[in-house]
Amino acid sequence: MIAPVIELDGLARTYPGPPPVCALRPADLVIGAGDYVAVTGPSGSGKSTLLHLLGLLDTPTGGRYLLDGLDTSALGDRDRSALRGRRIGVVFQAFHLLPYRTALENVLLAQLYNNTPRAARLQAAIQALDAVGLGHRLDALPTTLSGGEAQRVAIARALVNTPSLLLCDEPTGNLDSASAAAVMDLLDELNTAGYTIVVITHDGAVAGHARRTIAISDGMLSEHTGISHG
Amino acid sequence: MASAATGLPRPRLAARDTAAEAVAGIVQRPGRSVLTMLGTILGTGAFVAVLGLTATGAGQISRQFTVLQDTTVTVEDNGPANDVAPPGTNPAIGFPADAGTIAGHIHGVTAAGVWWPVSLPANAEFTASLALGATASQTINLLAASPGAITAMGLTMAAGTPLTAYENNTRQHVAIIDTTTAATLGISPARLAAHPAIFVNGIAYTITGIYSSAQRVVTDESAMLIPENTALADYGNPQPGIGNQNEAQMVIATRIGAAQAVAKQIAAAELPTDPTRLVVTSPPSPQNLQSQVSADLAGLFLILALISLLIGAVGIANTTLVAVLERTEEIGLRRAVGARPRHIAAQFLAESTTLGTLGGLIGTCTGVAVVITFAATKNWTAILNPAYTLPAPLIGSLVGLLAGAYPALRAAHTSPLAALRHG
Repeated sequence: MIAPVIELDGLARTYPGPPPVCALRPADLVIGAGDYVAVTGPSGSGKSTLLHLLGLLDTPTGGRYLLDGLDTSALGDRDRSALRGRRIGVVFQAFHLLPYRTALENVLLAQLYNNTPRAARLQAAIQALDAVGLGHRLDALPTTLSGGEAQRVAIARALVNTPSLLLCDEPTGNLDSASAAAVMDLLDELNTAGYTIVVITHDGAVAGHARRTIAISDGMLSEHTGISHG
Repeated sequence: MASAATGLPRPRLAARDTAAEAVAGIVQRPGRSVLTMLGTILGTGAFVAVLGLTATGAGQISRQFTVLQDTTVTVEDNGPANDVAPPGTNPAIGFPADAGTIAGHIHGVTAAGVWWPVSLPANAEFTASLALGATASQTINLLAASPGAITAMGLTMAAGTPLTAYENNTRQHVAIIDTTTAATLGISPARLAAHPAIFVNGIAYTITGIYSSAQRVVTDESAMLIPENTALADYGNPQPGIGNQNEAQMVIATRIGAAQAVAKQIAAAELPTDPTRLVVTSPPSPQNLQSQVSADLAGLFLILALISLLIGAVGIANTTLVAVLERTEEIGLRRAVGARPRHIAAQFLAESTTLGTLGGLIGTCTGVAVVITFAATKNWTAILNPAYTLPAPLIGSLVGLLAGAYPALRAAHTSPLAALRHG
């Protein structure tokens, strides 16, 4: 049997005080391969904490986080970095593109630290940009890209290593509605193509694209099962 | 290579990629990079230029020494231990009559002879013949010189001939003068054929030659040279004693490099019975003089170069630190795509080191250009010691490396969480 992409087993994160803040109460969650999950909640509810934990940018204070069946809580910085570089692609609200690098160079950056052979990098990066419909803007600088284009470059950067998990943090937060719709359509396509996607958002329209919606409030996860969602 | 826990290869940043990232970081902000490098450029440039100019100058000095001073030995007559001359007269010259010939037997001596400034009463008058009307009562130094001394002085004749042995042996009243004296007294080289004479307090000396320059000994002021025997007959013995203006001296021209050896032997050769009566002066070792000049010149400028380098280091440190603070977002992103803290540190360190190296390279080139230009304008030979010049860019590298250490540490410890907060 194939292990689920994400398996949380009592995962918790408390920020040391005083007073200690319990940002994520012990949570159990399973996200299988090909799932499309939205995590919704108001600001301060613990969304970002969950994102950072899932993205291996932060370490939990309790419980276990299994990525592809691998217990990440036992791993050191080197292995966690390796997982970040290979298995996880993150899309940020603020794009985080390097301003002086072209679209292509920004995508190439994601292959810099994960041992991708130099010869293979360029082709993979061009393919990823093709996949997000920006094959014609390889040499464009981020300052000349529209918001929607910039976010698609960021998605290409997240995809270039064909990660197990695509983590999106408010992917449409900085976009106008037309660009936002295009980006969400792209995410739908990627999910159809087999990518496991977790979108963290407070936007109901964005969450509506996902097949599962998990609400988070005061650090507590709760899943709406059934037909309707917020 | 692959981790046992994850089955994934270790995250790594290849040296080539590190270099590429560093160069990209520098090239993206060319104006800032150049300004950052300025201190290193100035420091390295000053370092190379100071060492080069000092070496060039010292080389020039040592060359002059080799051809002139280093081939010169002078011997002074300190006078007899007990004053054996009758009161009111001077003792006989300490040097033997054939002093020049004796010196010539010493290996390395090319010419040698005795000379002394003749002691004249105050207000002695020098008057030219031919009704030229010119009178020079100002200081014309009347010098007595043996033919050997004339040769050793290395006179360049503008007209006529130097004093000869015949003129000395027969105590002729002849003289040679320098061009300045000739001009003062209105004796042009063209009129030499008319046998002009100069009257010194009424004694006539026929001018047989005019010299334009002398390599050794002869005073910078106007001079008139007469044969030593003529001087002895006209004015008596010179006054011995070190520091005495009118003491007899011996000037010895030697082959290059032989001066020190000749200086050791000459006193015993000339006066075997009383060598201590003669005081020998050999030239200072050129090396000593060279290093003294170098130290004088270089000290101050090397300090300036060090200060420039320090400013350069502070500049690089400051800019790199600002860059780290400016680029927290980039650092966070790099961490998110798999970079480890050490990779971040390596990138910034490589950037500052590259900046320093570039600055060092440009500075070294500038320094070399300054030295060459300076030497060219002076018609000197530019001397650049490869041992200092070639590694000079590495000074810049070192400055960059040290300056980048703290910012790189700061960068490595930047939290990716803080960096990736919603912009």
